Amino acid sequence: MNRRIVLATSSRILRQLRRDRRSLALVLLVPPVLLTLMKYAFEGQPQAFDRIGPPLVGLFPLTLMFVITSIAMLRERTSGTLERLMSMPLAKVDLLAGYGLAFAVVGTVQATVTSAVAFGLLGLETEGAVWLVVLLAIGNALLGMALGLFVSAFATSEFQAVQFMPAAILPQFLLAGLVVPREQMARPLEWLSALLPLTYAYDALALVAAGDLSGRLWLDVGVVAGCIVLALVLGAATLRRRTA
Amino acid sequence: MPSTDPATQPARAGIAESTPAAVQVRGLSVRRGGRLVLPGIDLDVRGGVVTGLLGPSGSGKTTLIRAIVGVQVIEGGTVQVLGEPAGSPGLRRRVAYVTQTPSVYGDLTVTENLRYFAGVLGAPPASVERAVEVTGLRQQAKQIAGSLSGGECSRASLAVALLGDPELIVLDEPTVGLDPALRRDLWRTFHDLAARGASLIVSTHVMDEADRCDELVLMREGRVAASAPPAALLEQTRTASIEDAFLALAASPTEAS
Repeated sequence: MNRRIVLATSSRILRQLRRDRRSLALVLLVPPVLLTLMKYAFEGQPQAFDRIGPPLVGLFPLTLMFVITSIAMLRERTSGTLERLMSMPLAKVDLLAGYGLAFAVVGTVQATVTSAVAFGLLGLETEGAVWLVVLLAIGNALLGMALGLFVSAFATSEFQAVQFMPAAILPQFLLAGLVVPREQMARPLEWLSALLPLTYAYDALALVAAGDLSGRLWLDVGVVAGCIVLALVLGAATLRRRTA
Repeated sequence: MPSTDPATQPARAGIAESTPAAVQVRGLSVRRGGRLVLPGIDLDVRGGVVTGLLGPSGSGKTTLIRAIVGVQVIEGGTVQVLGEPAGSPGLRRRVAYVTQTPSVYGDLTVTENLRYFAGVLGAPPASVERAVEVTGLRQQAKQIAGSLSGGECSRASLAVALLGDPELIVLDEPTVGLDPALRRDLWRTFHDLAARGASLIVSTHVMDEADRCDELVLMREGRVAASAPPAALLEQTRTASIEDAFLALAASPTEAS
């Protein structure tokens, strides 16, 4: 890995994002606005908001980074800049690390802003530490990035790329245990949910929210970290130096 | 000068023995979309000169270029570039490639694009300034690439290729849509680069650009119809213009074997 190339790449990606003011505003405003909506939608049952609030704070970055990365990477493929980079002395891991670093920065800012609004203004309660929620949120941002990078190889247009969100992420949201506890699902779905990375991302957040810092939390974190690496390796395999 | 009838064989008159070949293609065949685009071609490209790759659209120029740069999956044959197999990691610093459609980040300025690619290549900051200067983009340096005109954008893409002093620069139709003065300046730049020791391969379908090349490779239907300096080519085909020479080659039964 080449530090100079990684830093050049991540600052380039951040510069591109900064230039796109509207996207940036959406990245930072959408999660707090959604949480505010939920708080008042659940006015009659505040305990429900306290249950799903912290996991949502930690899962928003995953969704947004998934969409942003899959489109950014698709653009990189279709504009020919990826081919140009691949013909230069740049290792695939440099490019991936550059993307990872840039989106970790964005994920940090997003998770911090969202947490500040949720725990500060909206009075969301958690048994565990808020900084742990933020830390898990950053990890989830990286998971979203890695998954987005991988699926971008299967999209030939931005139209398709955005559809991967409902296709690949929403089902995971449904099965993660956030909507219905996993034990109450049909048995095959419960098994299936055990294979999906978001299940572990959610479980870690739910444990922190409940103040349970047991070994299971570290197992969850380990699985999420493993999924990030796996998705990055698969994503790297889709970066081809030679094409037909 | 080959003594055989020049029209029946790819001419190899211009390959001087003194300069080592920048590119050596042997039996290269490439299939794209199920179609055999290059059916097994041989070619030598001399180092230190500007070689023009001429031929109509669809003649296989871009495919050949992609094979030389090492981004094309090939079916058979070998491509040696600067003494190494095309696409070798060692060549990524020595070979620069400019695609037909400009490949720069449309949401960054010209300078930001150049600074990024210079960072990737490890080229000094001064090379960014020089690339802007050489491609005549000083006025547009702070402009977002996406807002440039087509010609300006291709020049920005070309500027990226000039970073890091590559030994071989491969350009796919770099002068499309440029005004004549700029086109003349760019060709001057190509020759300046060659004078400093670089080898250039420039594809074009504009026949009048042929006269500006030191060497010509005429392509037709995936085959090398001729490879020689412009003057030698005119002499062999007994024609007065490259366009006529091309027509003469096209009319004769090229693949006698």
